[in-house]
Amino acid sequence: MPDLFRYAGQALFYAVVMLGIGYFSQRPIYENIPPDKAQILLSFSHGGARAEACRRLSSEEIARLPPNERRPNTCSRRRLPIRVQLLLDEEVIFDRILQPTGLAGDGPAHAYEKFLVPAGRYRLVARLEDRGRADSFAYENELVVELRPRQNLPIDFKADKGGFIFYL
Amino acid sequence: MNALRHALRLAFEIARNALGRIFPDAWNPLLHLGALGFFFYWIVTVSGIYVYAFFDTGAAQAFGSVERMTYEQWFHAGLMRSLHRYASDGLVVVMLLHLLREFAYDRYRGARSFSWLTGVPVLVLVYVAGITGYWLVWDKLAQYVAIVTSEWLDKAGIFGQPIARNFLSPEHLSDRFFTLMVFMHIAVPLIALLILWVHLQRITKPRINPPRGLAVGTLLSLLVLSLVWPATSQGPADLLEVPADIGLDWFYLPLYPLFEALPGPVTWGSSIALLVMFLAIPWLPPMRRAKPARVDLSNCNGCARCFADCPYSAITMVARTDGRPFEREARVNAALCVACGICAGACPTATPFRRATALMPGIDLPDLPLARLREHLHEISARLTERPRIMVFGCGNGVPLAGLENPGVGVVRIACSGHLPPSFIDYVLSRDLAEGVVLTGCSEGDCHNRFGITWTEQRIAGVRDPYLRARVPRHRLRILWAGPLGRSRLEELLVRFAAELAVLPSHAEERVRRRRELAEAGDA
Repeated sequence: MPDLFRYAGQALFYAVVMLGIGYFSQRPIYENIPPDKAQILLSFSHGGARAEACRRLSSEEIARLPPNERRPNTCSRRRLPIRVQLLLDEEVIFDRILQPTGLAGDGPAHAYEKFLVPAGRYRLVARLEDRGRADSFAYENELVVELRPRQNLPIDFKADKGGFIFYL
Repeated sequence: MNALRHALRLAFEIARNALGRIFPDAWNPLLHLGALGFFFYWIVTVSGIYVYAFFDTGAAQAFGSVERMTYEQWFHAGLMRSLHRYASDGLVVVMLLHLLREFAYDRYRGARSFSWLTGVPVLVLVYVAGITGYWLVWDKLAQYVAIVTSEWLDKAGIFGQPIARNFLSPEHLSDRFFTLMVFMHIAVPLIALLILWVHLQRITKPRINPPRGLAVGTLLSLLVLSLVWPATSQGPADLLEVPADIGLDWFYLPLYPLFEALPGPVTWGSSIALLVMFLAIPWLPPMRRAKPARVDLSNCNGCARCFADCPYSAITMVARTDGRPFEREARVNAALCVACGICAGACPTATPFRRATALMPGIDLPDLPLARLREHLHEISARLTERPRIMVFGCGNGVPLAGLENPGVGVVRIACSGHLPPSFIDYVLSRDLAEGVVLTGCSEGDCHNRFGITWTEQRIAGVRDPYLRARVPRHRLRILWAGPLGRSRLEELLVRFAAELAVLPSHAEERVRRRRELAEAGDA
């Protein structure tokens, strides 16, 4: 094969390979979420109340402890499970009891849940119970929101800030 | 497994032959996939160091600094950014092709399993490096990559606090996480380089640089691509928006949509299963392991030719242990030996002319000893009834030899072209076992045992020990490096060669005539 054709062939080969690299490094476009949907993302990390209340040690019990471990109170490490509820326009879309983490059950409970909903106006209610009561929730927060298509609405929980936080 | 391997090998051979039409043999990209991988790695490294000088680490600054590089400094930093991106993609392409090719050509089992085993972590690390790189730009793609990766890691259930919470809202985003990503993006490729060094440890004279022509062509085409189609970002990340229509890099992120959609046990289970399968491939059936080469000290003088020719560093020269008056002796590391026989082909004592003593070379293959090869040669020659007789020496990885035999053509199978001591060619012709010899094997530049073709050509050309003696008439020798698709070329060569040999006088007559001519020239 004459050299000219060989060089042209090489140029064509490089062009095809590079075109392939260029194309597949950013195409085809991947549609991650339908254009008419929005996302609610509920995620928090929160420790429930202690499973048993702290108790005052008697003076005999304190005396039995090694000197460097003597303290007035003793507390159980285990935490109570927490219950979380998320309502969208009165409809419960999430209702779960989350267990504490850790081998001793003394770590915070975690939640990370995504909900895809059609874009539109909603009344969101988030509730959390961390004291072990079955008939009520310690925290309840509400938000009326107009969710745009492909909007992400993160919801966190921070007890010291009054409960659920909606990020808009 | 065999069927898959054969199908893949056929595909590679077709592609190789097609590329052979436009590239010189020495530049064929399919013969330099590993070296091209290194070349892309260095481009990524140099461009990465350059880009880093202009990059601002931090959630709020990263995107802006990359945008400035892309648009305001497009002619240097932007160009380097594009080179960085495209060379990384090229690295994945050649790395995967290299892996597939080694599998297709059955170069991953036995002693070669070490290279396979050390290659798999490199594959994983290159992906980790690429993914952390996409993270740093902090555009919509980075946001998607960060969230899907961290959600996937969280699904393993081994981290205390969900990592994905770092990307819950703009308030949760921390510059420290970016610092960690930068550290990983630099450290992981360095670890990969260290493992690549280990990867090459059991290979003699590894090719880690592509031929200059191929390197220039690759770099130029990458530059053109970077200028014509520069790498760009996909809009700033916004954690209050779901990254929607994303231009994924399908070389690095093809599984991300699946990781996002499928449950944790499925994605983690299949990822671990895939990794274990990759690591276990060298030990999957059908297993085949030829016996390693064996040294016969009574015939080894410690000349070190086998040591110099072994493509796998399986031979070392050690102090003499048998008291004979030589300084060193060859020792075979069975774990590294692939039984290619190149060592036996290099041994000066491996001459078939030996009659006073048995043909016992200093080093030989127990499964295919040269003494048996010589016996076989005589048996085959005795069966050839039609003149001119042609003796074909061929290996099992080159041109298919089954059914080639006929009354004028005999076939002797050797382990590798380099397995055949050149003296065997001399022996066939001078002992009138055939009128012509054909030596065939793998495709040019693509020896199954790396150096079989190179050493054979150098031995025949008289530039590497052991030489093919000058007295051997080269017009009675034909060489064809053609690979598995070269059967028709071999058949055509045999027909033409037979026609040429038919009009020649016998080899004995030629020798007498040559002696006479030399004597007359001497008298004159």
